[in-house]
Amino acid sequence: MLIAIGSLTVIGIVLGSGLGAAARFLRVEGNPLEAEIQSLLPGSQCGQCGYVGCGQAAAALARGEAPVTLCPPGGRAVAQALAKRLGVHIDLSKHEDKGPQYAVIVEGLCTGCTRCIRECSVDAIFGATKQMHTVLVDACHACGSCVPVCPTGAIAMTPVPVTIRTWHWPKPQPGPLPAPEPQGEPVGEAA
Amino acid sequence: MIRHLFPVRGGVHPAYHKDPTSEKAVVPLPMPGMLFVPLQQHVGQAAEVLVSIDERVRKGQMIARCGGAISAPQHAPTSGRIRDISEVTAPHASGLAQTTIVLEPDGADEWADLPEPIEDPFAADPQVIRERVAWAGVVGMGGAVFPAAVKLDLGTRYKIDTLVINGAECEPYVTCDDRTMREHPQEVIDGARIIARALGATRIVVGVERNKPQAIEALTRAASPHPDVEVVGVPAQYPMGYAHELILATTGRETPAGKRTAEVGVVAYNCSTAKAVDQAVRLGRPVITRVVTVSGGAIREPKNVECPIGARVGDLVAFCGGFRSHPAHLVNGGPMMGQPLPNLEVPVVKGTAGILALLGSETNARPEEPCIRCGSCVGACPVGLVPVEMAALIRRDDLKTAGRLGVGDCIGCGSCAWVCPSHIPLVQYFNYANGMLWNQEQQARKNARVKALAEAHALRVEKAAAAKRAAQSARKPAASPAASEETGRKAAATEEARP
Amino acid sequence: MSMGAVGPSAPFTHTPNSVQATMLTVLVALAPATLFNLYLFGWPAILLFTVTVASCAAAEAISLGLADRPVWPRLSDGSAILTGWLLAMSLPPWAPWWTGVLGAVFAIPLAKHAFGGLGQNLFNPAMVARVALLVSFPVVMTAWVAPHPLFAAGSPSLAEGWAITFGGQMPDAVTAASALGFVKTELSRGIPVAQSLPQVPDLMDMALGLRAGSLGETSLVLILAGGLFLMARRIISWHIPVGMLGALFVMATLFHALDPDRFAGGLFHITSGAAVLGAFFIATDYVTSPVSKAGQLAFGIGVGVLTWVIRTFAGYPEGVAFAVLLMNSLTPIIDQYSRPRRFGRTRQGEPLAQKAAR
Repeated sequence: MLIAIGSLTVIGIVLGSGLGAAARFLRVEGNPLEAEIQSLLPGSQCGQCGYVGCGQAAAALARGEAPVTLCPPGGRAVAQALAKRLGVHIDLSKHEDKGPQYAVIVEGLCTGCTRCIRECSVDAIFGATKQMHTVLVDACHACGSCVPVCPTGAIAMTPVPVTIRTWHWPKPQPGPLPAPEPQGEPVGEAA
Repeated sequence: MIRHLFPVRGGVHPAYHKDPTSEKAVVPLPMPGMLFVPLQQHVGQAAEVLVSIDERVRKGQMIARCGGAISAPQHAPTSGRIRDISEVTAPHASGLAQTTIVLEPDGADEWADLPEPIEDPFAADPQVIRERVAWAGVVGMGGAVFPAAVKLDLGTRYKIDTLVINGAECEPYVTCDDRTMREHPQEVIDGARIIARALGATRIVVGVERNKPQAIEALTRAASPHPDVEVVGVPAQYPMGYAHELILATTGRETPAGKRTAEVGVVAYNCSTAKAVDQAVRLGRPVITRVVTVSGGAIREPKNVECPIGARVGDLVAFCGGFRSHPAHLVNGGPMMGQPLPNLEVPVVKGTAGILALLGSETNARPEEPCIRCGSCVGACPVGLVPVEMAALIRRDDLKTAGRLGVGDCIGCGSCAWVCPSHIPLVQYFNYANGMLWNQEQQARKNARVKALAEAHALRVEKAAAAKRAAQSARKPAASPAASEETGRKAAATEEARP
Repeated sequence: MSMGAVGPSAPFTHTPNSVQATMLTVLVALAPATLFNLYLFGWPAILLFTVTVASCAAAEAISLGLADRPVWPRLSDGSAILTGWLLAMSLPPWAPWWTGVLGAVFAIPLAKHAFGGLGQNLFNPAMVARVALLVSFPVVMTAWVAPHPLFAAGSPSLAEGWAITFGGQMPDAVTAASALGFVKTELSRGIPVAQSLPQVPDLMDMALGLRAGSLGETSLVLILAGGLFLMARRIISWHIPVGMLGALFVMATLFHALDPDRFAGGLFHITSGAAVLGAFFIATDYVTSPVSKAGQLAFGIGVGVLTWVIRTFAGYPEGVAFAVLLMNSLTPIIDQYSRPRRFGRTRQGEPLAQKAAR
């Protein structure tokens, strides 16, 4: 009896001191989770989530104060990645994914005020004062920060058009086959 | 000829349905009233337009040039006037449009000045042959539509010892290669020898499925003077026409995944491509026509039609007597790997081997049923994938695991979907997954680029602000930090406003 | 980028095969053995068979209805009828009607629909039902009878058969031990196998099915013919049957050679009990067996070895059902480790080594 109690006590003391020592000498500075989450975020510092930049958003996510769906430019993919990393279950069916978009400056409405240029965090807008501005589609990540600052409402977020290069088959929908669509007018009658 | 063949895995035996067209000689299509020549009829970059609206062009004249390292030019299929250069619906499952040159034939069919024939290609510099093939816009006519000249360059980078000519034509219904081999065996063999010369290959193996005995006989006769050419009958087993499989069956060499066949010293060309190369080299003629099999239960008179590139599908259907009854499916290519056609207005392109108008009754299509894990798809897959497992993963959106199991290795041959007793659209699952994975990869690349841009931007704004602050504090030490921050941003903005 | 396509995806041609055709082919393959055994065991067997199959079909319809799924398309595929058929074939021929009904409840709602319906179940429904009945009602489930062919002397009439099946009036005099049970009982009484074996029906009777046993397991020749028919129609491949019977035969022969008094021989093992029926019709169940050929071979060998182990060392004389269920639980793991090598890749999934580029 006494031997059992004694040995368990000794084990407890040894392991406890080990843990205490590890906590003191092997401490990791900063939250490693935060850095990992930040690597999942787009990193464009657009501020649409309400935080100043992606770093602050990552910190909030790590503390569990922000929803994983906070990042509009990241869309569904980022939300999914965050949910997986943080072990959160999310219902993505409610999380509307507008698909990839980019900003388009409407010709004629742009007055060349350069306000959008100042707002863009990735230098995706080019142009000079009193000159029409243009958006580099490849660099624009659709954060939308430029839209509200435009005094003439000349900027609109537009879906990136689907081309033959980017198109792919949709996911098969379960259930009976849809009736094949009519394939145009039979030309047999005309021939 | 009895020859040792190497075993291949999987495969299925769909009904051939080749009889309606296999015994009919190729007939030319009367010149349609309008031709639609798309700029992208090949893998790689689209061609660049060389002509303008209302310009008159002559037959064989280049109307769009090579658009990049992997690209092919387009030529006028006949003489006439350019009526438009606009977006026209492509022969593609998406129903999307692509830039297309619209040519109104003038009926004169007047040839342009063509390059001189290469008199003795076997004495010519391989580079000359490559340039000629590139000029002629030859692409893989079996449906892969890879620019033929780009593949000819492989001889400079790899040691190629064997050229495999693909005359398997394993797709049901389609007989255009069969007819080409029977009617033009000399051109096919000659083209093959020219390609081998350009590649530096010393051996030519022509693989033809054994359900085409006349083609094998014709080619064997044409090849008899050439000891380096061997015509081999291969088992009629879909997808024998898949280049990697045909190479494995005839040479025993297995191409490493994700690599070119040139890695194992072999390059494969389709037999119709070989004929097109022959025409380009011997006659100086570009690819402006191709043989198209028009067949299927809904076609009144199935035929093999030699058709100018850019003729509309409807022109071919009308030439073949129109529809016997309303087709359930209009297919571009064979029934196993073909794509649904948006309508009858889309043009025939260089890769169009077949136009099939199929009745619902001949496809055996049924509603999808639950998977019973019968494993038929596993046995049928020529690549050794487990379609049942991958489809289940994709159905619940676990694309990452599906990718790990090899969905990217799927060749889309459709054997699994053909054999599935539950009629699950397995190929569509895999095409969907591969498209999504490709998009995700592109998105990740863009994200990395955006991140780098944002960092560069932040750094520059910071630098400009610091410089401004330093200048201001030198002049006016009392300035508030907030104000200097604001002016710093402005300075940065004006700087970037000047491109 | 995903948006609609102008039509369905390729292929635009399909095998004429379907789930329904597959199930029907299996039923056709089972029919000769079943009809012969129904003849052998007479009216009670016919009544029990009818009740069991009907109960399974009814259970399927009710389960589908409760799950709010279309009833007729699924019911007409024949999978529930096949489950009921196999369950009936594994019941003692003169067992009371409620074994069939209770078996249907175990097989269809619990073993199949609780997992998500056709194709989703981990365990073979017919074997789950058989094992659940066996452990719950061991006496009823081991009350074998010797063959009483229809219209022969001593065979129960329809009225007597009705009383046996629905009235539970099992005549005591007719019960007989199965060969496996007999050998096992004798062994437990200290009588070596070498002495008890000569008393079981001879090889000819075993092959024809003139022996006591489950309703559908005795007619080896006809079951074998059905199995070969399925192989010829490419519904099943040789891997599971050969793996299972081969492993059973090898294990039994090996140990018989070591100690003939303790262990029965290989031929006795594969001709008795449900070995052949299990090898061709039960272990080969698509849903619960591995999908690749290599996996199927491993699965078959596993079933064979486990059957022998259970028959030889466990409390029950017959082990096919337990062995199949145990291997069912391993199917996902076997599937994971028996994926075929992919084209152009090593077994580990790395691209093959290339020849040196120029």
